[in-house]
Amino acid sequence: MAKLTFNTDSCKGCGLCVNACPKNLLRLSKETINKKGHHPVEITDMEACIGCASCAWMCPDCIIKVER
Amino acid sequence: MVVFDKPHALTDTPFHYCPGCTHGIIHRLVAEVLDELGIEGKTIGIAPVGCSVMAYNYFNCDMIEAAHGRAPAVATGVKRANPDNIVFSYQGDGDLASIGMAETVHAAARNENITVIFINNAIYGMTGGQMAPTSLVGQVTQTSPYGRDPKMCGYPVKICEMLSQLEGPEYLERVTVNSVKNARRAKAAIKKAFENQIAGKGFSLVEVLSSCPTNWGMTPDAALKWIDDKMIPYYPLGVYKDRSAKEEN
Repeated sequence: MAKLTFNTDSCKGCGLCVNACPKNLLRLSKETINKKGHHPVEITDMEACIGCASCAWMCPDCIIKVER
Repeated sequence: MVVFDKPHALTDTPFHYCPGCTHGIIHRLVAEVLDELGIEGKTIGIAPVGCSVMAYNYFNCDMIEAAHGRAPAVATGVKRANPDNIVFSYQGDGDLASIGMAETVHAAARNENITVIFINNAIYGMTGGQMAPTSLVGQVTQTSPYGRDPKMCGYPVKICEMLSQLEGPEYLERVTVNSVKNARRAKAAIKKAFENQIAGKGFSLVEVLSSCPTNWGMTPDAALKWIDDKMIPYYPLGVYKDRSAKEEN
């Protein structure tokens, strides 16, 4: 089973990972704001993640750790 | 099992780049290549002037800050004095294609055994979005508010095509990082550029088409599409020179 860990404090909310996810599991959080003042990324359904790391490949800030 | 994490060759310092700027992706690709080749400890990077001026804060290897455009000249000196070290320069288009054009062309003509990572985002990012030598015809920038007019400003410079006319350089390739597939190809190109240097083959330059959402005035996603729609037709991706592949055939 795949596991994603986000270093949300460094997220700039650019959304490149959201568009890279082939399963459309990522979104920018509407409720939370991080230290930098951005809406950080969050995953909607961890169970459905296939651990392909596409999001991590497109993240310009290296905030995503992928485990499988 | 960890299948993806921040590479060791990057420090923990968060990037100062704008949201969605692909500099971060390219930094990571370079760092991953340093990790995979196991050369982090003997690599010396040359930081440019421009948005990536503070690249020395982000790479875990030794770094030198060069004056505007002079990174290939500094890299030449470092490499000649320390031939056992791996030397790369990381330069934007305002740095490499404008003020540093002479240094770039002559380093390539001499086939200096260095690796150059050239980030082409068709604009001066750090200074606020002025027209660069690589800005496309019709592109609106701070200094071309009605679009770049070739009658007044000439045509954008195609670095890979231009350098491929020289006898000197070993390896020239243009890649981009606007999708996972393209980023994987970009990493392969960067890796080859470093392997060429380790094998002592000579000057390798990888041009990476990059986005600048802030100064293009677009969302990060739209900026990646703009690379596909506008930049790639004028700057086609591909290998422009690969002398070792030619010799093998």
